[in-house]
Amino acid sequence: MKLVLKGGRIIDPAQGMDAVGDVLVEGGVIAAVGGEIDTRGAEVFDARGLVVAPGLIDMHVHLREPGQEAKEDFASGTRAAAAGGFTTVCSMPNTRPAVDSAVLVNGLIRRAEMEGVVNVKVVGALTKGQEGKELAEIGDMLQAGAVALSDDGHHVANARILRTGFEYARMFGGVIISHAEEASLVEDGFMHEGAVSAMLGLKGRPAVAEDIAVGRDIMLAEYTGAALHVAHVSTAGAVELIRQAKARGVKVTAEATPHHLALTDEAVVGYDPATKVNPPLRSREHVAAVVAGLKDGTLDCIVTDHAPHAFEEKDVEYRYAPSGFAGLETALGVVLTELYHSGRFTLAEIVERMATNPARLLGLAAGSLKVGTAADIAVFDPAAEWTVDSAKFYTRGKCTPFEGKRLKGRAVATFVGGRPAMKNGEVIG
Amino acid sequence: MTKSQISLRGRDILDLQGMDVPEMELILETAKEMKNIIDRDIKKVPTLRGKSVVNLFFEPSTRTRTSFELAGKYLGADVVNITTSASSVVKGESLRDTLLTVEAMGVDVIVMRHEAEGSSHFAARAVKPVIVNAGDGQHEHPTQGLLDMFSIREKKGEIAGLRVTIVGDILHSRVARSNIWGLMKLGAEVRVAGPRTLLPRDMDRLGVKVYDRVEPALEGADVVNVLRIQKERMQKGLFPTTREYARIFGINKARLGLAKPDALVMHPGPMNRGLEIAPDVAYSEQSVIQEQVKNGLAIRMAILYLVLMGGTNVEAGA
Repeated sequence: MKLVLKGGRIIDPAQGMDAVGDVLVEGGVIAAVGGEIDTRGAEVFDARGLVVAPGLIDMHVHLREPGQEAKEDFASGTRAAAAGGFTTVCSMPNTRPAVDSAVLVNGLIRRAEMEGVVNVKVVGALTKGQEGKELAEIGDMLQAGAVALSDDGHHVANARILRTGFEYARMFGGVIISHAEEASLVEDGFMHEGAVSAMLGLKGRPAVAEDIAVGRDIMLAEYTGAALHVAHVSTAGAVELIRQAKARGVKVTAEATPHHLALTDEAVVGYDPATKVNPPLRSREHVAAVVAGLKDGTLDCIVTDHAPHAFEEKDVEYRYAPSGFAGLETALGVVLTELYHSGRFTLAEIVERMATNPARLLGLAAGSLKVGTAADIAVFDPAAEWTVDSAKFYTRGKCTPFEGKRLKGRAVATFVGGRPAMKNGEVIG
Repeated sequence: MTKSQISLRGRDILDLQGMDVPEMELILETAKEMKNIIDRDIKKVPTLRGKSVVNLFFEPSTRTRTSFELAGKYLGADVVNITTSASSVVKGESLRDTLLTVEAMGVDVIVMRHEAEGSSHFAARAVKPVIVNAGDGQHEHPTQGLLDMFSIREKKGEIAGLRVTIVGDILHSRVARSNIWGLMKLGAEVRVAGPRTLLPRDMDRLGVKVYDRVEPALEGADVVNVLRIQKERMQKGLFPTTREYARIFGINKARLGLAKPDALVMHPGPMNRGLEIAPDVAYSEQSVIQEQVKNGLAIRMAILYLVLMGGTNVEAGA
């Protein structure tokens, strides 16, 4: 079975490639890339006018299995991923129960193979039950295939636990992903603290809470020599702390979300629970700093922090709504609209941050179109204009702060191991 | 009264931040006529006969609920009170479902008090009856803001050019936020003062002057609006003791002397006498605290009338 993606603009930062040409897929792997490829005996996908890139990798999603299937499961979540151009997603462990043992990691990997239409990697919990008290079986989980460790959803409040976690994970080459917000400063806070929260009367989550947590986590990573990945960076202070740490040679990497790149706390005016998220949507100067950090390489990748919730959970008063919303099906459109069409990023820079870097960071055999690698491919049309309508989402979490927004750019086909997982917005399988 | 081009018929009254000056003027003017009705021997007029108002209160309240209840009854509407101390979430029924239930009974106006900020906005999106916000968490209390403005106008004539100092727990106060927007829109200089721990960060960006000591804030004030201090704030570590609060931030005769000699003293109630306000200030000649209560009734009558009938002639429906 041969497939030729014909005449697309191939963008693969891992090979320094940005040129119009063909891609040959044979037996589920990339057999040839670039130039003109003979299509005899092959199925042809007409990619003229489209971008052919390595499949997008999202290292921060909440697929909610096990235990919270009313919000999402592997079937719905991976279909949302395919619709959005993603071929690999990393499932966060804040499930019921938390993914804190090798048996759960193994079980989820199998579930994902049975139910999923894209690749699913599993992130294990750092501490038992994600309670921040005792280390989980980190070594066992990493050996079972976990790609990273995280207590995402909570900051690891106890510095001693994080320190030992770093020391322990380092033996296995494991990276710890930190949700960095100092808990005592964000308790009962619902949005960014600033002029807008002063106006709305909603209790704030100050930017300094994130700065403090990032600062402490960097110090511990530096002290132990371990690898830290800072999740969903949203403040100017955190960006600067990471920038300085990288300059000193600390093993720190970081990510930003489309919503923290595109929206400000002004979006909360009107109290739409779709705008509630942790860390919160920040003020303009923080958004600008996050964009700048992503541009200069301080922040390595873009993740969605896809956090679906059931309709009835979000259909409540602002303060009672759970934080987070769906992101997989809007991410590429938002990023292209905000970063590419605004002239701030090139397409190659975007592909690098949505595929190349996350693969490199987690050591995945993905994120490039190199000959011999699995044919995980995203085809997208940067010029396609569309309007966000959550009713059409594949995810169960039909809630997004981008509802009704006009976006420019979207995925038109997704191939996973050479198999079409989505074409023209329709998920296959 | 001048003929007004605007109508508030069917308009949700959610906050003063989103209300235009002509709309506020219409309510304040209409309230003058309503106040005349309150002073009558026989108060009941049939203007809102056949209309129904539900007071949907998720928080305990005496004065606001009673005020709305009497406002509706004096105008001839049927008024029902639904009071539930537990939040809808605790009770197990969602706010949307509670609202839909009330709507299904053919109610014309829902007056809602709720502990969550933005809950009245939620209600306005969820159901068709007119929503009147009677206080949503720490966000706004628009009828209190309007009654304070009415009280100021009654004594001072114009609001434009006045210096109004709001003292106390600004951070948690829906009264403060409604006053700030209403008074600023009508041209007052608004000052807020209180311990720094009870002042929202970046409050100055809303256009008010922020003071963490009361003395400079009181200088030359035409109006001093004293907010209630809730003792639970002390338990949360936001100020050390009620004793210290009273000594440093309480409004007493000496501090009031920094304001203009004819400065009005206001308080939304209920008062903690001896804490945020000294009794001799609360009962002084300068105090309009009792008058505020009466004016509150007039404002609520005006709002119910305007959102249901739209016109400006109070007894048009008679």
